[in-house]
Amino acid sequence: MTLFPAPARTSSVAAMMHMILLRLLSMTLSLLVASVVIFVMLQAVPGDPAAFMLGLNAQPDTVAALRTELGLEGGLIQRYVAWVGGMVTGDFGTSYTYRVPVAGLVADRIVVSGPLAAYALILTLVIAIPAGVLAASHRGRVSDWGVMGFTQLGIAVPNFWFAMLLVAFFAIYLGWFSAGGFPGWSTPVQAIKALTLPAIALALPQASILARVLRGALIDTLNQDYIRTARAKGLSRRATVIRHALRNAAIPVLTILGLQFSFLLAGAIIIENVFFLPGLGRLIFQGITQRDLIVVQSVTMLLVFAVIAVTFAVEIAYTLADPRLRRRSAT
Amino acid sequence: MALGAALTAIFTLAAMISVVWVPYDTSVLTIANRTLPPSLAHPLGTDHFGRDLLSMLMAGARTSIAVALVAVGIGIGAGVPLGLAAAARHGGWLDEIIMRGNDLIFAFPSLVIAILITAVFGPSAFNAILAIGIFNIPVFARVARGGALPLWTLDYIMAARVAGKGRGLISVQHILPNIASLLIVQATIQFSLGILAEAALSYIGLGAQPPTPSWGRMLADAQTLIYSEPQLAILPGLAIVGMVLGLNLLGDGLRDALDPRLRRVRG
Repeated sequence: MTLFPAPARTSSVAAMMHMILLRLLSMTLSLLVASVVIFVMLQAVPGDPAAFMLGLNAQPDTVAALRTELGLEGGLIQRYVAWVGGMVTGDFGTSYTYRVPVAGLVADRIVVSGPLAAYALILTLVIAIPAGVLAASHRGRVSDWGVMGFTQLGIAVPNFWFAMLLVAFFAIYLGWFSAGGFPGWSTPVQAIKALTLPAIALALPQASILARVLRGALIDTLNQDYIRTARAKGLSRRATVIRHALRNAAIPVLTILGLQFSFLLAGAIIIENVFFLPGLGRLIFQGITQRDLIVVQSVTMLLVFAVIAVTFAVEIAYTLADPRLRRRSAT
Repeated sequence: MALGAALTAIFTLAAMISVVWVPYDTSVLTIANRTLPPSLAHPLGTDHFGRDLLSMLMAGARTSIAVALVAVGIGIGAGVPLGLAAAARHGGWLDEIIMRGNDLIFAFPSLVIAILITAVFGPSAFNAILAIGIFNIPVFARVARGGALPLWTLDYIMAARVAGKGRGLISVQHILPNIASLLIVQATIQFSLGILAEAALSYIGLGAQPPTPSWGRMLADAQTLIYSEPQLAILPGLAIVGMVLGLNLLGDGLRDALDPRLRRVRG
């Protein structure tokens, strides 16, 4: 569904460049629209942050000075342009409550949220790939039923509740982990330990979904003729799955992984709250409760950027993974 | 599927009964009765404010189901017409705009926007419905468009066009009934996702506000009591799992039953 069809009869490299350019264009457009939506939405919030910060007895000129300092003066369009211009150059504005640059707050928090998301993603793959392969290659047998039943449950369990149960069992009952908080990266082992339960809580539903998708995709590919050929030429079952089927099942898996990134971010907001982790999710949440709207605005924009960028990367990844897609411009 | 239907029925029934009757009023706090063990008077015991847990769970089912149901309604009400319109004008500018708009909504982490909406308009069950509902729109638009597109190439649609029927009329009379099964299956899936989303929003305090009972809120309240009063943290969680599991199984079963193509492959 591109606006312009790819030029006919060009080399596959040129077609691919064309596709990447179009995707970049559409990505920029999405970001622009998203920024307008977020900006306009937050303009609807009642109240003047400057007056709110200075309290009831503030002098009008002090309030006016603070408004200027926070970039609240000027027309709507002027402020929007200033905000977007700032975001592009890494200036995310000044937090109303902390009076420090939002970029600094984000930098402090991203060292928690980033590793947490990566950890959860790794766990998701580590759980989902073997489970999906096991279920698909033993289709209809006990292990398949087991994986399907377990993943059905994994999808139905709210991750924050699962997190609470993990805390109750592993942190309070067994005492293996701390129940919450983050010690900082100066003690890497402790830091990773603090992220382990949250990462498990985040990974379980995602792994359940991914395992089911992988099973479905693998079953589809395992029914293909070339798999029979591979088996007929004497390749073992295991080698066939690993060398031939998995590679072809990669496309749906990549798609789902890309979509899951967005769920992972959303889930992290909740999970960071369960474990009192000082991450981006908690920052957004605190921004809301403290009416620190510039924090909410800039961090939301950043998250949307992350999701759009990942979607873009996934699309590029599957054109690389699947030569057939290179000739067509992406759908 | 039978299990799914049964689970769904139990919770829906509990919710419907709770509209007219719950064993105890959930807005009355009786501190003297707090954290009672299960008894004849309180089959599941009471919570830390002395409220009857069974009544809370029943009323919570009502909140969850109402929020998720209306959110699905918003998704179908706005998404299906958009999807049908996009399919009817496939390849045209309308199709392009609708699908780009869809992609845009998908680009937002849903919960982040739900949080934004509640930040702007204040936390309430109504705003939770709105937030969840908005994300159902592109889902239904996509399913409706995807289901409708192949139908537009079929002969009977061509016949209807030759007979002089407009695209809108064809969409409603001929396309919609044929994608109904797809939509029903999607509705059960979105319904279960809605239950989960409502629970998550209430859990962080952005959904239904007290005294309206909700499963997510009950879990949030029970978090600090999980070791001393584990049943308070376990029962609402089990209720969510049961409801979502029931809906998912029902959805899977419906898909198999309604899709003759799939039945042949399985059989």
